[in-house]
Amino acid sequence: MITLTVNDKAHEVEADPETPLLYVLRGELALNGAKFGCGLGQCGACTVLVDGVAVNSCVTPVGTLKGRRVVTLEGLGTTDRPGVLQQAFIDEQAAQCGYCIAGMIMRAQALLDRNPAPSDTEIRTHMEPNLCRCGTHVRILRAIQRASQALQRARKREAGR
Amino acid sequence: MRALKRSALKRSTLKRSMLKQSRPSRRGFLLGGGALIVSFSLPPRLGWAQEPTEQKLPGSLERNPKLDSWIRIDHRGTITVFTGKCELGQGIKTALIQVAAEELAVAPETIRLVTADTALTPNEGYTAGSHSMQDSGTAIRYAAAQARSLLIGAAAARLGIPHGRLKAQDGAVVTDDGRRLDYAALVKGELLHVTVDGQSHLTDPAHYRLIGTRAQRVDIPAKVSGGPAYVQDLRLPGMLHARVVRPPSYHATLLRVDVTAIAKMPGVRTVHRDGNYLAVIAEREYQAIAAMHALAAAAIWNETPTLPAPDEIFDWLASQPAQSVPVLTGSGGLSGSTKILEATYRRAYQMHASIGPSCAVAQFANGQLTVWTHSQGVFPLRAALAELVQLSSENVRCIQIDGSGCYGHNGADDAGADAALLAMALPGHPVRVQWMREQEHAWEPYGSAMITKVRASLGPDGRIVGWDYSVRSCTHATRAGPAGNLLPAWLIAHPKTPPPPRPLPLPEGGGHRNAAPLYSIPDARVAYELVPAMPLRVSALRSLGAYMNVFSIESFIDELARAAKADPVEFRLHHLDDPRAQAVIKMAAERFGWADYQRRQDHGRGFAFARYKNLAAYLALAAEVEVDRKQGHVRLKRAIATVDCGEAVNPDGIENQIEGGILQAASWTLRERVAFDRTRITSRNWNSYPILRFREIPDEVRVHVLNQSGTPFLGTGEAAQGPTAAAIANAIADATGARLRDIPLTLT
Repeated sequence: MITLTVNDKAHEVEADPETPLLYVLRGELALNGAKFGCGLGQCGACTVLVDGVAVNSCVTPVGTLKGRRVVTLEGLGTTDRPGVLQQAFIDEQAAQCGYCIAGMIMRAQALLDRNPAPSDTEIRTHMEPNLCRCGTHVRILRAIQRASQALQRARKREAGR
Repeated sequence: MRALKRSALKRSTLKRSMLKQSRPSRRGFLLGGGALIVSFSLPPRLGWAQEPTEQKLPGSLERNPKLDSWIRIDHRGTITVFTGKCELGQGIKTALIQVAAEELAVAPETIRLVTADTALTPNEGYTAGSHSMQDSGTAIRYAAAQARSLLIGAAAARLGIPHGRLKAQDGAVVTDDGRRLDYAALVKGELLHVTVDGQSHLTDPAHYRLIGTRAQRVDIPAKVSGGPAYVQDLRLPGMLHARVVRPPSYHATLLRVDVTAIAKMPGVRTVHRDGNYLAVIAEREYQAIAAMHALAAAAIWNETPTLPAPDEIFDWLASQPAQSVPVLTGSGGLSGSTKILEATYRRAYQMHASIGPSCAVAQFANGQLTVWTHSQGVFPLRAALAELVQLSSENVRCIQIDGSGCYGHNGADDAGADAALLAMALPGHPVRVQWMREQEHAWEPYGSAMITKVRASLGPDGRIVGWDYSVRSCTHATRAGPAGNLLPAWLIAHPKTPPPPRPLPLPEGGGHRNAAPLYSIPDARVAYELVPAMPLRVSALRSLGAYMNVFSIESFIDELARAAKADPVEFRLHHLDDPRAQAVIKMAAERFGWADYQRRQDHGRGFAFARYKNLAAYLALAAEVEVDRKQGHVRLKRAIATVDCGEAVNPDGIENQIEGGILQAASWTLRERVAFDRTRITSRNWNSYPILRFREIPDEVRVHVLNQSGTPFLGTGEAAQGPTAAAIANAIADATGARLRDIPLTLT
């Protein structure tokens, strides 16, 4: 039995500690966000946050995650109440098949959490590990910039209070 | 200002409504998009033959002429629209809802759309060839317009007032004195059970509320928030997880395998062997993966080198016997010319390389096989699966659910076949098969290697006089329909043989798609040489032969323009009569700033144009590249495209498709080649088959849609592939003076 904190909820899961986190998220916890893309840590479709860092859940053994905070796409918002990045992806219509998008959003979230105002070059460099096959890159970059602007506006409002 | 505000309001309403529309209920999702409407029953097909069909009906109506096979309205007024096409990430659901809602005079959120399902929807073949709007969009539009007019007619009869005093509005027929009859009250009996006559009055473009507006896609909210959106997300009660173990190479045979230890592994329900076909079924997904690895390690295969030498692949292709298909039958006449040019272009095998490997779920219960699949064609797949598992077609149902983007014939159908075989082996249980990355890379059918040869002559006036062109490739069409085209069918103990390849018919063609130049050339000969052999598995990759043919033609046009000392844009315009072709070229050149382009060190510009299939969307593209001569590296820096796809239903969806097409084609053109040795495919993951990444993405990609309101839909989704390749090659030639003719383009 492994205790896992996912999206601020503790879960007791029965799994071999070697099992990659991805299969626990999708199988045991029935979360759709993280996607199976390669199982090799090469494409980023399975990206989630572990203690705020973007990791490939397909190559992260669940046994290494005791006491650490896992956040998946579901942790950022819902279909009815999307989070800032999710809303930015909707506003920019930054998806075609959308299969890579969950991973894109999670990797971008790790960047914006650390640096809410990244430059275009910083965004591109940070997003480099994630692959998109539909060619939606330009919209993805725009969506990340849009979310960054929304976060900065929110911070200004906070500061102004 | 008011108009602007109003349209903004409309857009936001549409956005909200589509958000709402996109939330499938759990039950709806499991049923593949919706519950059955039971208040309606199909009458026997007997009557159909007697109905008049002198005139060809528009779009897919020709094959499915009954109005209520497309649109049904139940007694509560719920409108359900049925399409035989699939959502592949191209946004077809949203565009079809826009079209139906426009003609039915309802808000888009009131429409429920059911996509490809052999039990529910019309048979529209494959979702391929940029046909969805032409086929399904047209059919739904005429069906919806006729439904509107039938509803108005019913209201007129009910109220005893002339049609002229009635109009359809917000799901009701309203009179000029304010009375209102809801559609629900009007759809009595068999009102919509009629043949669509194709004569309906379509909504006047001046009165469009939805067509031509930038609608937000109905499927995106779930896809960005982890809602159930993909076949991979399907979780049926009691579902088991399967993995297949493929042979290490195409023709390897299984010598022996001891499965005793594997059958005892945790969670393993069965180890399935049928000839060279190996699979495991387990309770949990990772248990299936562990068992798959063990099974792969236990299997001893006999392999033989059956592939051509990779560095001689084009010699192999050139020397193979081929079936010759004439495309244009001029003499190719090169007399009376002042200059003759010739060139040969080559393209390596390339793959679809979907981000999500193929997946399917199947269940065999009570004599009925149900397969949930991201196939592009559920009806042809049903036929293939029925043949494979020896059931009659009526006992097989295929339901399409979104998958990862496919860009043509990838592993989707094969995974459906895997799921079907394994569900038959373990009746009662839903069985989910997920391919591994290596399996998708190594076993999907690739886009064929190709060779084109062209010779053309210029007259003294700098115009093209003669043109002699040939294109040679393996087939571009090995889709299911026949079970022999399914990969698992080759591996089982009683294998099925693939039918011999045949050229896809013109005007669309396969390897010869877009082989005929659209330019006015007095004497042109064009031929396709189809090589029936296929040492590497091949089939339809987005745009088929058009990618290579347009690359070749548009590169060569650039070479001819240089030889004629003409500007490449002007040279194209001089050789084109079609005003729509001229318009996209002029607009792309203008938006790019072609006329006053400032040349910079290590930069170059290139132009290309094509009309997809010579009958669908027109697309012109101007590109700028940056070259790093030391590293031999080329980056597409700017791409400015103009597209005319006839009636543009969702301009944002079109822009998204074209932007994506440009970036995908840039990746093909600059990076991609399937690697193999004499025995095995060696491109088995993203390291051995690299694609474009974020740092290589252009600084600017812009697409302008030249909307032709009130004209037929022209297929768009594949229009950018060929022009992108040529524009890049032409820009490299402009930057470096080097003419690269082999894809992937490599500066040495």
